[in-house]
Amino acid sequence: MSAAFLGMPPFPRAAEEAVHNTTLRANLRHATHTIRAKRAKAVAELSDWEQLREAGRQIKDHTLRHLDRYLIQLEAAVTEAGGTVHWAADATEANRIVADLVKATGETEVVKVKSMATQEIGLNEALAAEGITAYETDLAELIVQLGDDRPSHILVPAIHRNRAEIRSLFADEMGKWGRAAPHGLTDSPADLAEAARLHLREKFLRARVGISGANFMVAETGTLVVVESEGNGRMCLTLPRTLISVVGIEKTVPTWRDLEVFLQTLPRSSTAERMNPYTSLWTGTTDDDGPRDFHLILLDNGRTDVLADEVGRQALRCIRCSACLNVCPVYERAGGHAYGSVYPGPIGAILTPQLRGTGSAIDASLPYASTLCGACYEVCPVAIDIPDVLLHLRGRIAEQGGPGHRVERAALAASGWVLRHPTVLAATEKLAAATRGMHPRRPPGSGAWTTSRELPDVPTQSFRDWWQENRR
Amino acid sequence: MTDTSRERILSRIRAAVDRAQDVPPPERDYLITHTSDDPIQNAELLQRNLSDYRAVVHRVTPTGLPGLIAERLAAHRARSIVVPDAVPDSWLSACAIARHRDEGPLTPAVLDTVDAVLTGCALAIAETGTIVLDGGPDQGRRALTLIPDLHICVVRAPAQIVSSVPQALPLLSPSAPLTWISGPSATSDIELDRVEGVHGPRRLEVILLDGVA
Repeated sequence: MSAAFLGMPPFPRAAEEAVHNTTLRANLRHATHTIRAKRAKAVAELSDWEQLREAGRQIKDHTLRHLDRYLIQLEAAVTEAGGTVHWAADATEANRIVADLVKATGETEVVKVKSMATQEIGLNEALAAEGITAYETDLAELIVQLGDDRPSHILVPAIHRNRAEIRSLFADEMGKWGRAAPHGLTDSPADLAEAARLHLREKFLRARVGISGANFMVAETGTLVVVESEGNGRMCLTLPRTLISVVGIEKTVPTWRDLEVFLQTLPRSSTAERMNPYTSLWTGTTDDDGPRDFHLILLDNGRTDVLADEVGRQALRCIRCSACLNVCPVYERAGGHAYGSVYPGPIGAILTPQLRGTGSAIDASLPYASTLCGACYEVCPVAIDIPDVLLHLRGRIAEQGGPGHRVERAALAASGWVLRHPTVLAATEKLAAATRGMHPRRPPGSGAWTTSRELPDVPTQSFRDWWQENRR
Repeated sequence: MTDTSRERILSRIRAAVDRAQDVPPPERDYLITHTSDDPIQNAELLQRNLSDYRAVVHRVTPTGLPGLIAERLAAHRARSIVVPDAVPDSWLSACAIARHRDEGPLTPAVLDTVDAVLTGCALAIAETGTIVLDGGPDQGRRALTLIPDLHICVVRAPAQIVSSVPQALPLLSPSAPLTWISGPSATSDIELDRVEGVHGPRRLEVILLDGVA
C-alpha cells in the first residue's frame, strides 16, 4: 500500500497524539454525530432494510466464492463493449500499467475521481515520479492534496479539517496548482465550494485523460458504476478522450439486477441520502459520447490473501460506505490518520492488516484498535462481522509472537494453570489482597498495551473472603 | 506481464476458495417497491423527494409547457440554451433565446459558455427522487447536461415515473451510458454542510408534464 504510510507508529501511539488534538476531536465529533443521526433516519424509511442487508451479504459471498468465473465473464463483457482489460497483481504493476497508458497518450496531466484503490497503490506519487501530474477533483481530495495531507475518512477525506483551515489552505496553495482562489475568500462553505469549482473547471475542460475507480462492476454486462455527489466524477468519466479505471477485484457483482440492492443500501449507509446526486453507469465505450478509449485495470494487491482466510474474507464484502467509521467510538476520538492506511476505522482495522500482512508494528496493532462494542457490525449494509474478524486477527497476531505477545501468551498459560487449581487460585487471591499496597500502577511489560492502560485497584479483601463473610 | 498476472490472480483465487463451501445465488425477499403503484401518489412522491434535495419541481399540462419553460429561463436570466435533437421546437416556442443544437458536436469549451440545457429523460424514480438519462435523442450526450449551469428536465407523468430502483433497472439498457440525477450537484465535504453546485449544474428544475401517457 501507499509508501506515505510506511513507518507509521503503531495505533496506540498515533491515537494518543490525535486524542490530545482538541480541534481534530471537535471536527470529528461534529461530523460523525451529524451523519450518524441522518443515516439512522434514512435507513428507517425502508421497512425491508434487514432483507436488503442480507441480500447484499449473500450476493457478495456468492461472488467471492466464484470470483474467478465472474472476473472472466466481466473481462469478456468489457472487451466486447470496446474496453481493454488489464490485470495487476500488485501496486507496482498497477502503477506501471497506468503510467504506460498515460504516456502513450502523450499527456502529462490527468484528472482523477476520488478512488480508494488508487490511494491504496500510491498512484499519484508513482505518476509524479514519471513526470505526470494527477489532479484530485473531489473537493475533499483537493483539500487533502493542497494541504500535502492524508485522507482521514473513506467518504469525507478532509473530515478532520474545519472551514477556517480550508480557507487558509485555498488562499495559500491554490495558485501553486492552477487558478488561484479569489481575493477576499471567506470561510463559508458556499464560497469555498465556488473557489474549488473555478479552480477545477479549467482542468476539466482541458483534460485528455481521466482516472477513476468504481463502486461496482457488473460481470454479466461489463458495466462500471460510480456514485458521487459533486459532478467531478461525471466530468472525469465523460470529458477526457481516455478513461482509465483501477478497480479492486472484489468490486464485482454478478448481474445487472444485483445493482438494485446496492443502489438502495449504499447511499443511505454512506451519505444518508435516498440516492446520491449523481450515479454514472457505463459499458465500454459509446460512439460520440464520452471517452474513445477505456481501460479497466483489475487489481489484486493482497485481496487474494484476504480471500484465502476463511474468517477474514468477509472484509471483501465491503462497499466502502463508511457507516462503521461514523459509529465507532475509537475512530471518533483517534481520527482516521491513526490507522496508518487509506482504510481507517473499523473496516480499516480488519482490512489493512489482511491486505498488507501483520509484519509491521502498525499493522499488528490495528486489530486492537477497537472496544469490540459491535456498533460497526450493526450498521454494516453487507453485515460484515467486524468484531469477529478483529478477534480472529488478534489470535493470528498472538500466534505469530513478538516481544509483547510472548509475555501475553506466558501470562495466559500461567493463568490457565492457576484457574484449573482452585486452592492455588484462592491463595493467589488472598496474597493479592494482602499485598495491594505494593502493586504497581501499570501492568509490567514494555508494549504499547501496558503503557496505555492502568491497573484497577486491588480490593482490600479477596472475593472468596467477602463471600464467606457476607453470603454464608 | 499482464497475461501472467491474469493467470496468477485467477489461480490464487481458485486456491483461496478451493475448500470453501458452495454459496448459492442470493434469496431476494426484499420488497420490489415501498410505495403503492398509484400514479398520482408516485408523481407526488417524486416531486417531494426531488424538492427535498433542492431540485425545483413544477407541474404543468402540455399547453402550459412553453410558457413555463420561458418563465423559468427568464427567472434564471439565461441567455443561451443547448437542446438535444429530439426536443420539440414547440417547447421553446414562447421564448426568444439563443439556441444551440449539438452540432459539430459542441466542444466542452463552447458548452461552458452556454447558460442552460433542456432535455427529456428515460425515466424517473419516485422513492429516491431520481431522474435517469440514457443518452436518448431527447437527452443527448452526457456533456450537454453536465457543463451548463442550469438543467431543465421534462418528465412525462405518469408514463415515465416508476416507484423504485428495482422497478427502474429492468427498463434500462446497460449498453447505453446512464446518468442518474437526484437533485443538483452538491457537496458536504466542508463540515458536512450541504452546498449545492460544485462541478455539475448548480440548478436543477424538473417539470412534470401531466397527463401524458
